[in-house]
Amino acid sequence: MKAAAVLLAGSMALAACASDEPTGTGSGEGGAGAAPEELRIGLAYDEGGRGDQSFNDSAYAGASAAADALGAELQELSPNEDASNRAELLTQLAEQGFNPVIAVGFAYDDVIAEVAPQFPETTFAQVDGSNADGAKGDNVTGLVFAEEEGSFLAGVAAALKSESAHIGFVGGVESPLIEKFEAGYVAGAQTVNPQIRIDRQYISPAGDFSGFSDPARGQIVAQGMYDAGADIIFHAAGGSGLGVFQAAAASGNRAIGVDSDQYLTVGPELQPVVMTSMLKRVDNAVEQFINDYAEGNVQGAEDVLSDLSTEGIGLATSGGFIDDIQDDIQQYSQQITDGTITVPTTVE
Amino acid sequence: MTGLVRRLGLSLLGPVLAVLVALVISAVVIALIGEDPVEAFRVMVDLGDSPSQQVQSIVVVLNRAVPLFLAGLAVAVAFRMGLFNIGVEGQYRMATILAAAVGAAVALPGPLHVLLIVVVAMVVGAVWAGIVGVLKVTRGVSEVISSIMLNFIALGLASFLLTGPLRGSAPGASIVTTSEIPESGRVPSLNGLLTALGLAAPRSGLYGFLVVAVVVGVVVAVLLQRTRFGFDLRATGLSPSAATVSGVDARGMVVKTMLISGGIAGLIGLPDLLGSQYDYGTEFTAGLGFLGIAVALLGRSSPVGIALAGLLFAFLDRAALPLQFADIPSSVVTIIQGTIVLAVVIANEVARRLALRSAERAGASAGPDPGAGGDDGAPPPTGPDGGQRVRTGVPGTPEDVQA
Repeated sequence: MKAAAVLLAGSMALAACASDEPTGTGSGEGGAGAAPEELRIGLAYDEGGRGDQSFNDSAYAGASAAADALGAELQELSPNEDASNRAELLTQLAEQGFNPVIAVGFAYDDVIAEVAPQFPETTFAQVDGSNADGAKGDNVTGLVFAEEEGSFLAGVAAALKSESAHIGFVGGVESPLIEKFEAGYVAGAQTVNPQIRIDRQYISPAGDFSGFSDPARGQIVAQGMYDAGADIIFHAAGGSGLGVFQAAAASGNRAIGVDSDQYLTVGPELQPVVMTSMLKRVDNAVEQFINDYAEGNVQGAEDVLSDLSTEGIGLATSGGFIDDIQDDIQQYSQQITDGTITVPTTVE
Repeated sequence: MTGLVRRLGLSLLGPVLAVLVALVISAVVIALIGEDPVEAFRVMVDLGDSPSQQVQSIVVVLNRAVPLFLAGLAVAVAFRMGLFNIGVEGQYRMATILAAAVGAAVALPGPLHVLLIVVVAMVVGAVWAGIVGVLKVTRGVSEVISSIMLNFIALGLASFLLTGPLRGSAPGASIVTTSEIPESGRVPSLNGLLTALGLAAPRSGLYGFLVVAVVVGVVVAVLLQRTRFGFDLRATGLSPSAATVSGVDARGMVVKTMLISGGIAGLIGLPDLLGSQYDYGTEFTAGLGFLGIAVALLGRSSPVGIALAGLLFAFLDRAALPLQFADIPSSVVTIIQGTIVLAVVIANEVARRLALRSAERAGASAGPDPGAGGDDGAPPPTGPDGGQRVRTGVPGTPEDVQA
């Protein structure tokens, strides 16, 4: 055992020595031509990282669109498996001179408040994290969304389209953010039909993030609701939503997607069940923020809100399943925008 | 003497072979995705340019290694006894949330406050694991099943406590947490020590809990190797029936071992809790209990081995960042970690068979040789290692502890 220790330690020491050798360029090979004042964008993902076909990918889409348009370099970082190194992601990006640095997800709340003040020269933004009061530092902009407004419209659509007056909601992880979706959805459905029955269930409890990436459990939960008589289910469950669609397809019912226009991302066999999707345009918000930064229009210590009025939130129409109720949806949308309807953000 | 060398060589063979095989497989994978494996490995061992960056990298590795070490240790104590404690995950989650709540609720002078939090965590972890032990000796429930089930219960219970009675964060906050532990309940960082050693000051603090982890590691090593209890534990792990015949109370051993395993598991969350987070919340690091199983396997259930395995995993974990800066997918790290665990199980088995064969050959040619071992702390030829225990711990094999 002792010899094992020595040998392993030795090999690690050797490995460490190797790093002292002079090396070529260290990092940042992602950029093309190196203009002196080149814009270098840092993007730190939430749990799951790039390729989650959801939230993180949407942020990437926006950032890469902006980077392409501006000829900027884009450096992405995904956290480790349990996302315990979020602070490292932000500090490394800031330390290596990336500016602006964009953190994706509310999970960066504490971390960004800790890191941003250490790098006053760097401009930070956090998707889904508010910094309206400047508590996270003067150099942090919050990119926030009125998810409840879009979810309200999803509830309206579900209630109008439901034949059994029985609909469902599947949340990924029980958390304040997902409860915003639930609150809006319930309010919307009940506005159309106060008697409607709404089954609501979360895949995993608070603190267990598996609920966003577990299609199998998403399918089971949704199947239970369909079996109980629900005919439309709205999911706010990230990657688990695929299971909801599969359950809908298997039982001949329908479902509502979330974040991106999921009609376009699911396979052709699932397209008929995706009635609509609640759009949360993270991509637009990120792209807009980078453009604003490039033009020097970022103040910091403020929130940029995407809602129905800015079209950062909306309802997808791909597939044409809700074309016949567009008038109603427009009407409710108008009432939310002009303040006639106030959508709750918490479940009572 | 040559026998000892051969034995040491054989006990080394498993882990070293496993790491080598994992590196080769990873290199092939990296080459297949069109990247340069040599460049990738170079990036992984690059700790940074400036001295302060290098120290920071080491601090990051150590801070990650401390909980991994404790997790591996908790799993290993049970392994040595032939128990497969998969419930470490649930044990540390329950322990951490209750310790965080107690720590935030009381005000005591510094060391006493920390001590209270540590004791609460260990007791909660031990109780949660003790349920598994009691179920096993009284009802014959396989510890694998009951500890997995208790994980789910722990997760749900922790979630209920966090969002209900123990909620300390503001109503609108996106991250739900318990109340913060006051200054007196926190463990100071060891950065002063680093600068005193003439090293550059790192950006983040080196967990003071590192000291506690080392102490726990030493205590466990002494307990296993130098006490009657440790002997009984290892003997029961090697051969339950032989141990029972020689007067070991197998039932009592199961409960005691689970209590110790759970007590150590209770500590897993504390480095983060007392060193940087100061509260338990929905974002608290999850999954350490499961990683601990891999760490214990790789470390062959010996404290020194686990320390090295924890460092290796922590090192790989940190390497994921520089890899991404070099435009190499960080999944490479996950692949390496996965192949190491897989390879270590296979290599342990291969090494065990080789050891068995060489022992048989030695036994055939020179009678007394096999009997010479066992008094020097080196493992016997078959090695009381995790790999072997895991096979015996799998449900479906005959009940191993209860005679």
